[in-house]
Amino acid sequence: MRSKFLTSIWALTMALAMPSAAQVTVAAAADLNAALTELAASYEKSGGGAVRLSFGSSGNLFHQIQNGAPFDVFFSADLDYPNRLIEAGLAEKSSFYRYAVGQLVLWVPASSPLDVEHRGMDSLLDPSVKKISLANPEHAPYGRAAVAALRHFGVYEKVSDRFVLGENVSQAAQFVESGNAQIGFVALSHALAPGMKEKGRYWIIPPDSYPSLQQAVVILSHSSKKSDAAAFVDYLKRPQSTEVLRRYGFSVPEKASEVKP
Amino acid sequence: MDWQAFWLTIRLAFLVATILLAVGLPIAYWITYSHWRWKFLVEAIVGLPIVLPPTVLGFYLLVALGPRSPLGRWWQALTGHTLAFTFEGLVIGSIIYSLPFAVQPFAASFDSVDRRLLAASATLGASQFRTFFRVIVPLSASGLVAGAALSFAHTMGEFGVVLMVGGNIPGVTRTVSIDIYDKVQAFNYAAANSTALLLLVISFTVLSVVYALNRSRLPLGWFLDRSR
Repeated sequence: MRSKFLTSIWALTMALAMPSAAQVTVAAAADLNAALTELAASYEKSGGGAVRLSFGSSGNLFHQIQNGAPFDVFFSADLDYPNRLIEAGLAEKSSFYRYAVGQLVLWVPASSPLDVEHRGMDSLLDPSVKKISLANPEHAPYGRAAVAALRHFGVYEKVSDRFVLGENVSQAAQFVESGNAQIGFVALSHALAPGMKEKGRYWIIPPDSYPSLQQAVVILSHSSKKSDAAAFVDYLKRPQSTEVLRRYGFSVPEKASEVKP
Repeated sequence: MDWQAFWLTIRLAFLVATILLAVGLPIAYWITYSHWRWKFLVEAIVGLPIVLPPTVLGFYLLVALGPRSPLGRWWQALTGHTLAFTFEGLVIGSIIYSLPFAVQPFAASFDSVDRRLLAASATLGASQFRTFFRVIVPLSASGLVAGAALSFAHTMGEFGVVLMVGGNIPGVTRTVSIDIYDKVQAFNYAAANSTALLLLVISFTVLSVVYALNRSRLPLGWFLDRSR
């Protein structure tokens, strides 16, 4: 009786612990949340296999992968993390693909008195701005881009004492969306995401004022589903898929796949 | 080693432990001696932070007490700023988050005081207040130190709430746990390691003190024999 009970507990535990077969597990940068969710759904509908998505900051996901996290594919918000994984032998060099370029915007809630669309960077100098949210430039690509743009426009020194730093660009967006910060540097993909789109106004920061936010994907070396993973990455190269990425605020270079690291 | 973050964390933990000593004692006293039939509900509320993820507390501090809520607007009118991104915000968050770590040891040690001593004290004409400070507090001193030490250590090690409402401002809300996280994210493992090691040593010391006190708690029988 007792052993039967223990056996059933064991069976239940194993059932809960086993991932379902033939499912591609994807680690992706936070700015891809809306776009990749839509693409994964259409991929599944079109007959591709199941795709399981995990979103986080690229840095965090990178550390998890370094420490053996069981992902098959990694969509980073930059080129550096995928390159490091390739150098460390943790990712397939041949799978490296620049799928999109992220865009940085300056965002305010819809109720804000700031005319960010016309005043641009000058909005930051408005006395009503007490806190400016951005992703942590120490490790988040969008944070580095924000600091570069601030320096480009010569306002960094004037506003740096009002920074609040999000752990990643999603948190920076959330700080300003909740009204705790008055203005923030967020990804265009957040500004255009459902649920955020109607809540605010934004100004697209000129792309020549910060180093380009090129983003790359790699397939991980330890993956046991490399062909399924490659099929999903190939799906994203189709014109219909790049159109989805563009709709969510990414720019996609025409001959993206031909550029190798 | 970011000493600014270190001293900020020490200041936060010390402040929270002191406030919790003042706030926790009456709550623990009430929990121990009240006969109210719904008392268990209060105990459940006090214990909530042990089981709730810090993200729940962080979320409410940010949104329910943010500038969009009536409570948040009231706070803003009173102080001129929001709770998020301020040292006060961290203090309030930490008090709630560490409350059970102070109240539960307090209540447990009050409960271990022999009720006959309280009756004797009352018979001899001492007020409830006097009985509390002359009988209960001396007999539960080790529990009080343990509660204060635990809330200090728990606040030092707090991460989730600070990450969600702090905004990582140097000298205001950047605590050591956030500093370690940032250093790991930026691949600065050597710096992360030295800070982490210091935190490990401090936490171990505090816990050793707590458990040493627990062991040396005077057995009540021994105490009664001696005072006879």
